[in-house]
Amino acid sequence: MKRKWSEKLGFFILTVSGILVVAILGVILFDIISKGSSVISWEFLTQPPREGMTKGGIFPAILGTFLVSVITVTFAVPLGMFAAIYLHEYARASRLTRLIRLSIRNLSGVPSIVYGLFGVVIFVQMLNFGTSILSAGLTLGLLTLPWTITACEEALKTVPKSYREGALALGATQWCTIRTNVLPYSIPGMLTGTILGLARAAGETAPILFTGAAFFLPHLPKSIFDQFMALPYHLYILSTQHHSITLVRPIAYGTALVLLALVLTLSFAAIMIRYRYRKKMKG
Amino acid sequence: MEKKGLTFREVRGQKIKEFFIKQFFFVNGLLAILILLGIFFLLFSKGYPALKELGWKSFLLSAQWNPTSFETPRYGILSLINSTLMVTFGALAFAVPLGVACAAFISEVAPPRMREILKPTVEVLAAIPSVVVGFLGIVLVNPILSSLFNISHGLNALNGSILLAIMALPTIISLSEDALKAVPKTYKEASLALGANQWQTIVRVSIPSALSGIIASIMLGMGRAIGETMTVLMATGNARALTFNFLDPIQTMTATIAIELGEVPYNTTHYYALFIIGFFLFLMTFLVNLVSDIILQKYQEVER
Repeated sequence: MKRKWSEKLGFFILTVSGILVVAILGVILFDIISKGSSVISWEFLTQPPREGMTKGGIFPAILGTFLVSVITVTFAVPLGMFAAIYLHEYARASRLTRLIRLSIRNLSGVPSIVYGLFGVVIFVQMLNFGTSILSAGLTLGLLTLPWTITACEEALKTVPKSYREGALALGATQWCTIRTNVLPYSIPGMLTGTILGLARAAGETAPILFTGAAFFLPHLPKSIFDQFMALPYHLYILSTQHHSITLVRPIAYGTALVLLALVLTLSFAAIMIRYRYRKKMKG
Repeated sequence: MEKKGLTFREVRGQKIKEFFIKQFFFVNGLLAILILLGIFFLLFSKGYPALKELGWKSFLLSAQWNPTSFETPRYGILSLINSTLMVTFGALAFAVPLGVACAAFISEVAPPRMREILKPTVEVLAAIPSVVVGFLGIVLVNPILSSLFNISHGLNALNGSILLAIMALPTIISLSEDALKAVPKTYKEASLALGANQWQTIVRVSIPSALSGIIASIMLGMGRAIGETMTVLMATGNARALTFNFLDPIQTMTATIAIELGEVPYNTTHYYALFIIGFFLFLMTFLVNLVSDIILQKYQEVER
């Protein structure tokens, strides 16, 4: 009898912890959606902030996040793809290869604020890009690079070995094999990884704090060497730095909702692509 | 005219082309090592002038961080390290039991429908940006803590710990679940055949067998908590005091960099000192990640 009770109690505890985790997410989503959705309107999404950010919309922040993400992707995706191709198609099992993999795993654990420090010195100061969209985008590109490499390599792993062997047996060179028989089949997987990396980059705040994000700008950025407003930074300012925090609280909620919606939409899109693609590979 | 294969010259040209393509990819492959080394050397070389001027002792043996003091600026990072460790272990105190229990629930107990809810839940939780979590610390956790403990505001180490626990949970759950799944079925079957019930099997067989993977997941979650910036910056109150009370406001290493780097002029002692903090932060996360990596690699070798 005693054993049965302990089993019941144990299962109860496990079930409660499972429910608790769902509840945590539920509370987070409920709070932000319920309080943020009342602010969302066409005007909120397309107008700049007005009257000391207490009124108006968040369009410059949305645009800024979009522009930075474009830089991030154009920088990180090709590099991540090339590195993954080397690791999966060319590299032999050697000490160097192990070292590269170790570095990738460690890079993904480097704190985002450290990337921020790195970005300030390399992009803002040494390369003289100043605090700009370019510097912030490149910094976020470095941050996403380890994820991009891993995702692209995972995509390459899904291509069956026979595809490569078939091409090689017909006398194709290695590069020709990769170009015609490997890359086309791994593009959807790479796309998934890219979008997931982008979703993380879009929500990051610490790396852009000193590399180009601005408190408030009266004009939209004109080039990639201008400063910009970004959604996560805007939320940070509205909830901690603004002079009348309670007055802008609804706008902060609205910003949080837009940011959350953006990040989750990107993640869902990536997961859907992966799901469809897996189905296709199986069928 | 029909072509009958390649001439010697064409083959040689192709081989040279292949060689360069391979080298091109090789250079890109080295990038990860270069960036990691780059970060290390850059943090050290930018922090070095401050070390040379002030010496190791003034950083590591003092708890007073007050670089903007008019009389004698102080650069002791002890209280900052203490704050970082406080919120990190505070977070683990919440996240480890909850995360491991949830992982055990998903892999051993949960009915399929529950599993289908929990797995995406963990993925969505992992995708929430840290600044949103920090925001919730201000608007949601803050009032709850202040009324619960009867304090003027709830922006303190406990708040930061709770938020960091939420951020570390997805890592701990998904990796612990992987570890539990990797336990061979025969282990469990043997235990059940010997008359143990399911609960005993989970506690005495499954979890101990998956322990190295679970520990690695906890270390990774810990690394994430140490390096997390926005949540602690927004929710811990940012007071530079050496304290061990979780209801006191604190200021972590990451928050200090985030607050002060935007204000100091480039290439001053204070600026360099912030890179010293970054250097120690990097070392801490690097060690934690390395240990978890070693555990995982060993564990995978044993599995094979």
